Amino acid sequence: MEILKFITAGSVDDGKSTLIGRLLYDSESILADQLEALQSSNRKNDDGTIDLAILTDGLKAEREQGITIDVAYKYFQTEKRKFIIADAPGHIQYTRNMVTGASNSNLAIILIDARKGVIEQTIRHSFLVSLLGLPQVVVAVNKMDMIDFSEDRFNEIVKDYQQLAAKVGLSNITYIPVSALKGDNIVNPSKNMDWYNGKSLLDHLETVEIAIDANVAHAYLPVQWVVRPQTDELHDYRGYAGRILSGSLRVNDKVTVLPSGFTSTVEHIELLDKQFEEAGAGLSVTVRLKDDIDISRGDILVSSALKPQVSQLIEADLCWMDTRALDTSLTYLIQHNSKVTKARIQEILYKVNINTLEKEDGEEFKLNDIGRVIIKTADPLVFDLYQNNKNSGGAIIIDSRTNVTVGALMLRANAD
Amino acid sequence: MSKYNLDYLDELEAEAIYILREVAGQFEKPALLFSGGKDSITLVHLAQKAFRPGKFPFPLVHIDTGHNFQETIDYRDDMIKRIGEKLIVGYVQDDIDNGNVVEQKGKNASRNALQTVTLLNTIAKHQFDACIGGARRDEEKARAKERIFSVRDEFGQWDPKRQRPELWNIFNGKINKGENVRVFPISNWTELDVWNYIRRENIPLPTIYFAHQRDCITRNGQLMAASEFLNMDSEDVVENRNVRFRTVGDMTCTAAVESYAFEIDDIINEISASKISERGARMDDKVSEAAMEDRKKGGYF
Repeated sequence: MEILKFITAGSVDDGKSTLIGRLLYDSESILADQLEALQSSNRKNDDGTIDLAILTDGLKAEREQGITIDVAYKYFQTEKRKFIIADAPGHIQYTRNMVTGASNSNLAIILIDARKGVIEQTIRHSFLVSLLGLPQVVVAVNKMDMIDFSEDRFNEIVKDYQQLAAKVGLSNITYIPVSALKGDNIVNPSKNMDWYNGKSLLDHLETVEIAIDANVAHAYLPVQWVVRPQTDELHDYRGYAGRILSGSLRVNDKVTVLPSGFTSTVEHIELLDKQFEEAGAGLSVTVRLKDDIDISRGDILVSSALKPQVSQLIEADLCWMDTRALDTSLTYLIQHNSKVTKARIQEILYKVNINTLEKEDGEEFKLNDIGRVIIKTADPLVFDLYQNNKNSGGAIIIDSRTNVTVGALMLRANAD
Repeated sequence: MSKYNLDYLDELEAEAIYILREVAGQFEKPALLFSGGKDSITLVHLAQKAFRPGKFPFPLVHIDTGHNFQETIDYRDDMIKRIGEKLIVGYVQDDIDNGNVVEQKGKNASRNALQTVTLLNTIAKHQFDACIGGARRDEEKARAKERIFSVRDEFGQWDPKRQRPELWNIFNGKINKGENVRVFPISNWTELDVWNYIRRENIPLPTIYFAHQRDCITRNGQLMAASEFLNMDSEDVVENRNVRFRTVGDMTCTAAVESYAFEIDDIINEISASKISERGARMDDKVSEAAMEDRKKGGYF
């Protein structure tokens, strides 16, 4: 069984929480005591039915205000798949939360209110999904019950969205007409839309192909920890522990250590008492090499045949996540995998108006601003382009005064 | 070009090991909080995968309420001997004796709330900068909001509105003096995932997880183990029941469930069919709708 991680994007009134609630409720993923708490809650729909939205609002302030403040993670499982939902808020002031949720997802559900069609927020959400490189998108046209389940209206929205998708560069889109409130096409096929022949949302989520970021041919393993028991019987043991982020590693493979450039051969790939002949992307392993070379945390092991980018000058998309604006005269820290080094934003190339998608001159980068920059790092980064591999192409910026994560970087080009 | 689609247990395991190694790499004085429950037992197993044949780069820390199930303490001591790692115990009794906390009174008195003080004192005494715990996001709705690296202020408090964004596989462990990070490597696991993993990996567990005969009383609709720690009176009727425990905590706040699950397969079947959440058997969560959120803000796990 596999895990599908997805994010839901929609504005406050599009029924995002109701959609998640409906998904959990109709797939019978809500337990009796949780259901009881739900039924005893004072929040009810107009017709007296349970308000499924409260299932997802976990914090007091959220229940008080009826809005979602931060990303919450929800888990459910069917016979076919396990699901992790990153439930991110839709408000513009929470763009950073949506970026956070999207960074770990394989699929995005973009909600559109059938009455309103494609609106400014749809543009913003679609742009973010494209920027973060989610391989699969579902456009859920919600509240179909409020437009008499009109096929024409649905087709009109699909047409509008196709234009938007072309503009932001999204592909692999599936369109589903739904009513989260009434339960049409969420888990069960709708009786009210016999013109729709596609899958229900859950059916689609259970069967859609999950593209794993392993489509880069070279093996890429950031070293997190050097295992050195230093006991009498294991005096010379040196294991390099890390998670393989792309490709696969085999015993007897030639490997290069970057950025130093030393080469060696894989002698053992192991984990506790298990030995691997070959280990693929996603696995955490410990690697031992034939030669005793200097490797420490933050170094990258790659297969010798193919190499990632190595540079101190990188063009990247930046999403600013802090209330303090970006200061180009300041030295920040950049964290990329297990490597932390100093960095400066050398140049702001442009900012994107995420409501109109227009490029603007960027003097200042404030909270939730997104644009293209050139970053200069103190030590070279060993990376893949974000579009090729999210896990080796993403980085964060840390403000060394507060230690807070203030920016997300998607590394787009070697600017050397 | 080959594709690797990992089975969900492999993926969860690889992620947890990755997180444990990030803790080792980023912090000066980490600790692994061990309660004797299945989640922290799973963490110890994962730590062996992360660091063997080396030693753990952190000690295990147990906050002992003094109201533990004896089976848990026996398991803990056997396990420490078996894995050869260091154990530090913080005693709630010590904080009661020196007046740092006052024991609750009344029929439903529990030492559960007092643990927070002992935990924070133990962290301060040993200057731990990161504490690894076995909490999962599926347990409770406030937990569902928590980051994997969760920064706590110098009073141990969690502020849900000031959480750091957590992107991709990058965990920012940089903290200011006095702050502390709680790390949850199995955030993305569900109760059933933990059980399936324990079965797959053959991890031994304390006997109280399996069905056994025990003297119990019924209180507030829950089955509680009859013990000297529970304030019992003439109204309490002691009955011998066939029970097991779904979570392991303080004897005064952990309820048993009627069960005939003697083997791990039985437990997995039982949980799969159960319509009550795991936390449904924790009295401490039932105090109010925001009970867990409030305790976490105060420095609880």
